[in-house]
Amino acid sequence: MARTKIYVPRETAAISVGADEVALAIAQAAKKAGADIELIRNGSWGASWLEPLVEVEVDGARIAYANVSASDIQSLFAADLLQGGPHERRLGPTVEIPYLINQDRWTFWRCGLIDPLSVEDFELHQGFKALSKALAEGAESVLDAVMASGLRGRGGAGFPTGIKWRTVADAPGEQKYIACNADEGDSGTFSDRILMESDPMGLIECMAIAGFAVGANKGYIYLRSEYPLTHSILSRAIATARDAGWLGNNIKDSGFDFDIELHLGAGSYVCGEETAMLESLEGKKGIVRFKPPLPAHEGLFGKPTVVNNVVTLASVANIVNMGGARYAGMGIDRSKGTLAFQLAGNIKRGGLVEKSFGITLRELIDDFGGGTASGRPIKAVQVGGPLGAYIPAEQLDTPLDYEAFIGIGAMVGHGGIVVFDDTSNMAQLARFAMEFCAIESCGKCTPCRIGSTRGFEVIDRMIAGDNREENYDLLVDLCDTMESASLCAMGGMTPYPVRSVLKYFAEDFSSSEEA
Amino acid sequence: MARINHETTSKIVADFGSKPEMLVQILQTIVGRFGWIPEETIRQLAEELNLSRADVHGVVEYYHDFRTAEPGNHIVKICQAEACQAMGSRKLTDYAKRTLAMSLHDTENDITLEPVYCLGNCALSPAVMINGKTHGRVDEARFNELLDDMRGSD
Repeated sequence: MARTKIYVPRETAAISVGADEVALAIAQAAKKAGADIELIRNGSWGASWLEPLVEVEVDGARIAYANVSASDIQSLFAADLLQGGPHERRLGPTVEIPYLINQDRWTFWRCGLIDPLSVEDFELHQGFKALSKALAEGAESVLDAVMASGLRGRGGAGFPTGIKWRTVADAPGEQKYIACNADEGDSGTFSDRILMESDPMGLIECMAIAGFAVGANKGYIYLRSEYPLTHSILSRAIATARDAGWLGNNIKDSGFDFDIELHLGAGSYVCGEETAMLESLEGKKGIVRFKPPLPAHEGLFGKPTVVNNVVTLASVANIVNMGGARYAGMGIDRSKGTLAFQLAGNIKRGGLVEKSFGITLRELIDDFGGGTASGRPIKAVQVGGPLGAYIPAEQLDTPLDYEAFIGIGAMVGHGGIVVFDDTSNMAQLARFAMEFCAIESCGKCTPCRIGSTRGFEVIDRMIAGDNREENYDLLVDLCDTMESASLCAMGGMTPYPVRSVLKYFAEDFSSSEEA
Repeated sequence: MARINHETTSKIVADFGSKPEMLVQILQTIVGRFGWIPEETIRQLAEELNLSRADVHGVVEYYHDFRTAEPGNHIVKICQAEACQAMGSRKLTDYAKRTLAMSLHDTENDITLEPVYCLGNCALSPAVMINGKTHGRVDEARFNELLDDMRGSD
């Protein structure tokens, strides 16, 4: 009889609620029962609210058990877990979980499905197929596909990827680089992390495709230090891919050389800004550069560099495999394709939801997320990280679309959606936006460095009821200055959440005194 | 935690090819293994990487991870970012400060308490990291359990 496959995620969210202990308990219980099992540490499907999500393969189908704890293992084995037996934790076949099957998985489709550190499993699931196709069809064909796909930068800025790649490809010079921005610092976002932990070779493959398309032989991944597990998985995946001949010199006899160096950040939020990241990759303080020159012309070590977010890069494999038109056929208007939305904060069913653009916030939060975790009414939703506006409950029908969000003074950003219930004090959150900017400002430009400190001081006075109207005007004026005169998004967009609180939740400034 | 010595510093520098552009990685390796960066290490790195002391000092000062004071053997980080705030991280932080009788950034009784701005576990907020391991859905009771486990590991 074949060994029974049991999947227990090795992914930060799953481990944060006990997946390692569950895996250990399963191994011990199987040994005790004399059962022949193969314990596979897969990545996560992204349904964090179901973690630890254990799956057992029965007759080729994977049966899911949700929110399993180590203390459940004894009763699960007694309930014939290895045959997919009934138990209160049993959800049924993974392929029937509505949260998962109602998504449009273009970039994240292998996450949860495969063993992230197995080249064989990766190749069995179309791994390196796109790179092989690219190598066979040539760089122009990749550039055309990416351009036709309408893919835009998923890190937050939404710049067209095809144009960026074309610019680097056309830039003069022998040495060019691919720099993958994995400094996922925005609160409420974890899609880069899930991808890197669950399908690291998917990213590696796409970085090689990018290198081939623009003529770069070296790639860097700048990973934030708050992700130690990701670092361990990614390092092993890079080494494994290299051993298998998918990185290094003359990849699969194509004549194309490409390798990847993994760098760790050191706790600086602003290093997620592309030029600050390049400075940090060069071993310096993460201080923002003036633009121009653009990194596509003068990037890492002054060489033409493609700086792309993890999800942007990882979306390319299927664009190469299936063609740009297929990707462009999803989404709405100028927001083509899919985005990995992340439901976070006060939400019942938090996790990753990859969906075509055009879905509304309400559909995401209610249909997928099941409303607030507290069961209380929603007061506000912050989309796009700490620099995104707080959107009031009345605007939840806005479709997720870069331009529609700009239209309401908000931003889609990296797709993080943080839900707050009616007990939240928005004045305190406005203050936090300024305080966070003061803590994280790189200090290069005055509006950000000084403005942020003046900002929370003014908000403190408003909260204390000191000359509230005069200070209101002062705060608006300060926001204008920061927005128009800061060097990068840190100072330039910190006013977004602040202004949204002034506009929609002004009453919280007066109620804070008692709070 | 052992204190970094001259020889180990040289070895780490050599592991990174003695390249000045690897300074952030070198410092990250030192902090990962020894918890902090003493003044004499800054001096040594400047010399071995052919950088000015001001350059190295600037980089050390710039990044939150690069502590210049010796931390406790246990490092407890509580996420302060928005998604965790939405699930009560402010209250949890206050509770931790009271329970441990210390402020953020302090080291007492071999424990260092620090803020962190996002651990990427925002679907299972609030999040806490203890000695490099992230924990989700941490309420006061769970926080106490985690502290007990941490102390039990001594």
